[in-house]
Amino acid sequence: MDSSPTIWRVETRTRASTAFAVVVVLLVILGFAAPLFLSRGAIRDLFFILTMLVLAQNWNLLAGYAGLVSVGQQAFVGFGGYAMFAAVALWRLDPMPAILLAGVAAFLLGIPTAFFTFRLQGAYFAIGTWVIAEVVRLVMAEWRTLGGGTGTSLPFGAVHHMWGVKSVERLFGVRAPEAGDILAYWLALVLVLVTIGFIYGLLRSKRGLGLAAVRDNLQAARAVGVDPTRMKALVYLAASFLTGLAGALIYIQKGRIAPDAAFSVIDWTAYVIFIVVIGGIGTIEGPIVGVIVFFILQNTLADYGSWYLMLLGLISVGVMLFAPRGLWGLFADRTGIQLFPIRRSLRSGPTIRTSKGV
Amino acid sequence: MIWLDTIVQGVLLGGLYALFAAGLSLVFGIMRLVNLAHGDLIVLAAFLILVLVTALGLNPFLAALVALPIMFVAGWLLQFFVFNRTLGDDILPPLLVTFGLSIVIQNGLLETFSADSRRIGTGALANQSVSLGGVHVGLMPLLTFLSAIAVIVALNQLFYRTALGRAFRATSDDAVTAGLMGVEPKRLFATATGIAMIVVTIAALYLGTRANFDPSIGPARLIYAFEAVIIGGLGSFWGTLFGGMIIGVAQTFGAAFNPAWQILAGHIAFLLVLLVRPRGLFPRAVD
Repeated sequence: MDSSPTIWRVETRTRASTAFAVVVVLLVILGFAAPLFLSRGAIRDLFFILTMLVLAQNWNLLAGYAGLVSVGQQAFVGFGGYAMFAAVALWRLDPMPAILLAGVAAFLLGIPTAFFTFRLQGAYFAIGTWVIAEVVRLVMAEWRTLGGGTGTSLPFGAVHHMWGVKSVERLFGVRAPEAGDILAYWLALVLVLVTIGFIYGLLRSKRGLGLAAVRDNLQAARAVGVDPTRMKALVYLAASFLTGLAGALIYIQKGRIAPDAAFSVIDWTAYVIFIVVIGGIGTIEGPIVGVIVFFILQNTLADYGSWYLMLLGLISVGVMLFAPRGLWGLFADRTGIQLFPIRRSLRSGPTIRTSKGV
Repeated sequence: MIWLDTIVQGVLLGGLYALFAAGLSLVFGIMRLVNLAHGDLIVLAAFLILVLVTALGLNPFLAALVALPIMFVAGWLLQFFVFNRTLGDDILPPLLVTFGLSIVIQNGLLETFSADSRRIGTGALANQSVSLGGVHVGLMPLLTFLSAIAVIVALNQLFYRTALGRAFRATSDDAVTAGLMGVEPKRLFATATGIAMIVVTIAALYLGTRANFDPSIGPARLIYAFEAVIIGGLGSFWGTLFGGMIIGVAQTFGAAFNPAWQILAGHIAFLLVLLVRPRGLFPRAVD
């Protein structure tokens, strides 16, 4: 009889994900080096893609994992933008710390928002978040020192003197506006990595298991000691913080803010929902696929204006009806490939040889 | 006297909001479906009435009467072929499909009718007013309010006095058991959405005749409607009317202080009610 014990391990890794990890490292290095060989226009496009990806990952975390379908994420984008503007234009802070401050401001806004909207269930939660976003928009439109309803611009040169711009200017031999773009792009890249890293880490942790349990069966999750409200609040506040950071970063690059655009439900929530739904809700890969599809569609069809939006709406309705797990879902079902695996599987390790030998 | 006037105007405005909300309340009560395209469907119906008025030269009220069956059929088909596929335990599909539909309707209207503000003309009726105990009220606002009451009464009669209403209530309580008793939920849901579209058309008539509208105003109407439903308490039609009145009065008071505060005041009234009575003032449904 072989008495040597088999070591069982709980793993989430798959062969594809291990190979993918190597690809990710290469992509990240390539991403940081991109300003060396890409034009300013391409860097701006990448910036747009990355910031939309941050918004999409956060919305996906809320809707796809925590069951919190928010139609009011523009509240945090706009509030983050306004907080950054206030810090830079009124309190003369450097834009870099102002972005962090904006994240904190969005986090703080998330607390009363959650307090109100968590009283509403399911679908009503969705419209509740929209009401809050409208309230924040109307209040910001009354902030006269920041331009009221017509909005305002960042003080001239604020971004040009941002921390790090001088070094980028020297490093790449470019002028301040382009250096500002490069810096904003790098920040967006860092924000994407932090967001995906945070979400992936959360989903793989014990809390992530709790989250999945709450989503799949509330009663059963409660019975084994998961506090659903606590879990949801945690996720909601984290998403508020990250969305606020993204909002501040977007408005660093835009350089001009006005309430109607900053709190636009189309720009910051509808597009984001389309990205996640088309890519595949409830996966980390989905929003990445979605944002690429979205960018291609926008570049080819944006000249058609409202036809384009209509088409986007029709596509997402079609996807939701006929392929509710999106493009990535279709792909993963056929190939079984998971790049960010979170499913735990039990594997036996190599049997340990005892001194008796086998 | 100015206070009394503000309150009366607010109450009458609330009638319009109650009309926006009644269809939403009906559909939610029966199938737990929240239609995020509700506001855009109201705007769509307003454009339909506008087209009938301008193309056929009809009186707006007659045009609305012609629009009623069209909207009923549109609602029936929409529910039967699209929304029914999304119903289930997961709240995500109905929300995302109706949200997508909202964007489609908005941009379809924008492409067809441009972003210009429109108004359905009512001729001399628009400027007439009557005196109620010293307060002068416009004939159209009064008519709106009376229509809202008529719609609420009719919906209550339908719900509690007819076989169809019994089937609605039974399906709302337990769709599976109701199915065993011979109710066919899919057709029933389609009928319910069709009826909601009739209410939507009535709301659209007053939306279009009382103020300017353009393709982008749907979401704001959805939000007022939603606030009225939540304030009133889920499942109560009279509660919805009362909720609409609270939003209306809050808005006219807000506007009396500062025109920029009109909309904000309505939202704040909603949040205050949510704070003290999370289930609304007259809750009937359990969830």
